[in-house]
Amino acid sequence: MNLSESKDFPVSAASLKEVRVFSREVFEKINLPQDQKDELVLAIAEAAQNIVKHGYKGVEQTTDRMEIKISLNDNQLEIGFYDKGKPVVPGNVQHRKLDDIKPGGLGTFFIKQIMDGAVFKKDEQGWVNHLVLTKKI
Amino acid sequence: MTYKVSEEGNVSTVFLNGEIDMDVTEKAKEVILPLVESGKEVHLNLKDVSYMDSSGISVLIESHQKALEKNTKVIVKEVSKSVLKVIMMAKLEQILNLE
Repeated sequence: MNLSESKDFPVSAASLKEVRVFSREVFEKINLPQDQKDELVLAIAEAAQNIVKHGYKGVEQTTDRMEIKISLNDNQLEIGFYDKGKPVVPGNVQHRKLDDIKPGGLGTFFIKQIMDGAVFKKDEQGWVNHLVLTKKI
Repeated sequence: MTYKVSEEGNVSTVFLNGEIDMDVTEKAKEVILPLVESGKEVHLNLKDVSYMDSSGISVLIESHQKALEKNTKVIVKEVSKSVLKVIMMAKLEQILNLE
């Protein structure tokens, strides 16, 4: 099965619910166990949250939007995130150690647990950051 | 997210409902942390929480740690299957008091 759907959202914590709704609607069209759909929605929501929380850290309000594109080609799922926030230095994107119990730092860990790959790509016209999450399903 | 609080003796039970993400964590903390800081035992009932992300997990950790500081405890009760999965992914099932 092949599909490709994208949607843009205001960069805001209030958009995260819309991000989940969009993701769930797309995954409804794909034959996957519900548990796996829930995990994928979590990974997408965490990546979107990272844009709001880290990409726009210190920015109280913005009119910027972020775009999420979910593509499936045969069994390869690819989820793209486009934003105009602060440039991400991929080497700085790290989760906290799990045995260092404290609030925060788990979103990236969840993404890595759920997805097969997470890479930042360059040269996306008009965008600052382009994260691509992949998973064979 | 909506919530309801009930009191019985030294135990406050917070019934959370809906989805807990970054957008509502401040609201959740405003409800839970003052109860913990007052020294009460706090029960968090998550039966009706259908979704929780890393921000929600942070609220659970912060509440748990605040309770340790105050020599009381936070007990997380009736965790829904989807939330339990996230707690286990964070390897917190042995850290948080789950019932």
